[in-house]
Amino acid sequence: MDPVLENLGLFASGFLRSLGIAAWGLLGSLVWGTVLAVFRISPVPVLRAFGTFYVTWLRNTPLAIVLFTMAFGIPAVGINASYYVFGVVGLVLYTSAFVCEAVRSGVATVPTGQAEAARSIGLTFSQTLGLIVLPQALRAVVPPVGNVLIAMIKNSAVVGALGVGGDLFSVYNRLTSAQGYAALPVLTGVAIGFLVMTLTASALLALFERRAAVAR
Amino acid sequence: MSDPSAATTPSGAAGARRPLVRLEHVDKHFGALHVLRDVDLTVAEGEVVVVIGPSGSGKSTLCRTINRLETIDSGRITIAGEDLPQEGKALAKLRADVGMVFQSFNLFAHKTVRENVTLGPVKARGVSAEQARKRADELLERVGVANQADKYPAQLSGGQQQRVAIARALAMDPKVMLFDEPTSALDPEMINEVLDVMTGLAKSGMTMIVVTHEMGFARRAADRVVFMADGQIVEDAEPETFFTAPKHERAKDFLSKILTH
Ligand SMILES: Nc1ncnc2c1ncn2[C@@H]1O[C@H](COP(=O)(O)OP(=O)(O)O)[C@@H](O)[C@H]1O
Ligand SMILES: [Mg+2]
Repeated sequence: MDPVLENLGLFASGFLRSLGIAAWGLLGSLVWGTVLAVFRISPVPVLRAFGTFYVTWLRNTPLAIVLFTMAFGIPAVGINASYYVFGVVGLVLYTSAFVCEAVRSGVATVPTGQAEAARSIGLTFSQTLGLIVLPQALRAVVPPVGNVLIAMIKNSAVVGALGVGGDLFSVYNRLTSAQGYAALPVLTGVAIGFLVMTLTASALLALFERRAAVAR
Repeated sequence: MSDPSAATTPSGAAGARRPLVRLEHVDKHFGALHVLRDVDLTVAEGEVVVVIGPSGSGKSTLCRTINRLETIDSGRITIAGEDLPQEGKALAKLRADVGMVFQSFNLFAHKTVRENVTLGPVKARGVSAEQARKRADELLERVGVANQADKYPAQLSGGQQQRVAIARALAMDPKVMLFDEPTSALDPEMINEVLDVMTGLAKSGMTMIVVTHEMGFARRAADRVVFMADGQIVEDAEPETFFTAPKHERAKDFLSKILTH
């Protein structure tokens, strides 16, 4: 473990950079994934069709292809941003398709009578969703969305491979190629970095699940 | 059957009243299934109409088309002379005027009894929280569950839940109330507590369309009984006439079945 201990500072900054990618990815996927789920259950046919198309497409495309399209395809049509931004956006576009389906499955556990009663007292679609359906879906939504997000944290490692710079992947490159450290101990350090993220996320989720369970 | 309210309402009082709910030539399919066939029905202000008929004859669908929980294929539905709006804000506004009570209560499971009753007035009508609460407590008192206001629906008996559901609908000051088999999911000993509330409501002048097989209620509270079979209105008569001398074979057959139970 020498290479890790000797370069603790480098690993720490690499960890923070990777954490940033994961955190933005998480936030973006939750928001966009929920919006997509709302599209898919909305009464507007165009939105439903868009949601279905989006989810089918993105769920069945490998993450690497999505990321490479972002990083190399999008700049080719004249839109420019840093690899960091492209990477995070690609990660969000991909993960939100899964978040959408997890949210939708949770919404399906709420009896239809709840939404019908809400509509029958004159609540609008968004009120019905926001006040009645989503709060009751929360308990069923948390576990599957949690699984998606933990998978996303691991997937965020792939974003580093685009050459974002400064993340755990680049720490690995630098220590092994430039400074000649052996791969295995360095990779162990990188793996520990991701473990810290996923295990923390799991613990937070377990806590949240328990609170969602009592909140009713 | 073109305007039954004029001909058949006791004392003829409703004859002078304004039609509140009007269905004209309403057709509805579920896929290949023709569930409503050229249905005409007019319900005048203050009138209480009981809808009766075998399971699957389209009673629930009929009820649900009136607040557009189900859309129709053709025909016309008006409430107080206005066509049902398409999806959107206008429809939400109309639904606030049409109270609905479901067989399975459908109280909001994550809200207390009082919150169930205040939610509509506050969110759909913009009534102040304070005022909505006062009104909710009055209504809960009226339906006899005032002491349950802070509980969650799951903590109440079926009969209590259904009375809360009635209070929730009344809180919107609806023009008309729809009931879809409100007592069918209840244990026998709770049926009367709900029917009593409904009878009181009928006597207070509320316009009501009630799908039910409770003949006692129909006799006591209804101005008319409408008999449905296979998506059609087959008979439309005063309760006493309908129960003692039904004209159509289907109605006779149906009554003999429910009467022998
Ligand atoms: N959402 C639906 N999709 C398909 N068929 C339906 C739906 N709702 C009701 N039906 C069918 O329509 C017919 C009429 O149903 P309904 O109005 O519930 O009858 P009732 O309330 O008189 O028992 C039944 O055959 C029922 O199976
Ligand atoms: Mg029914």
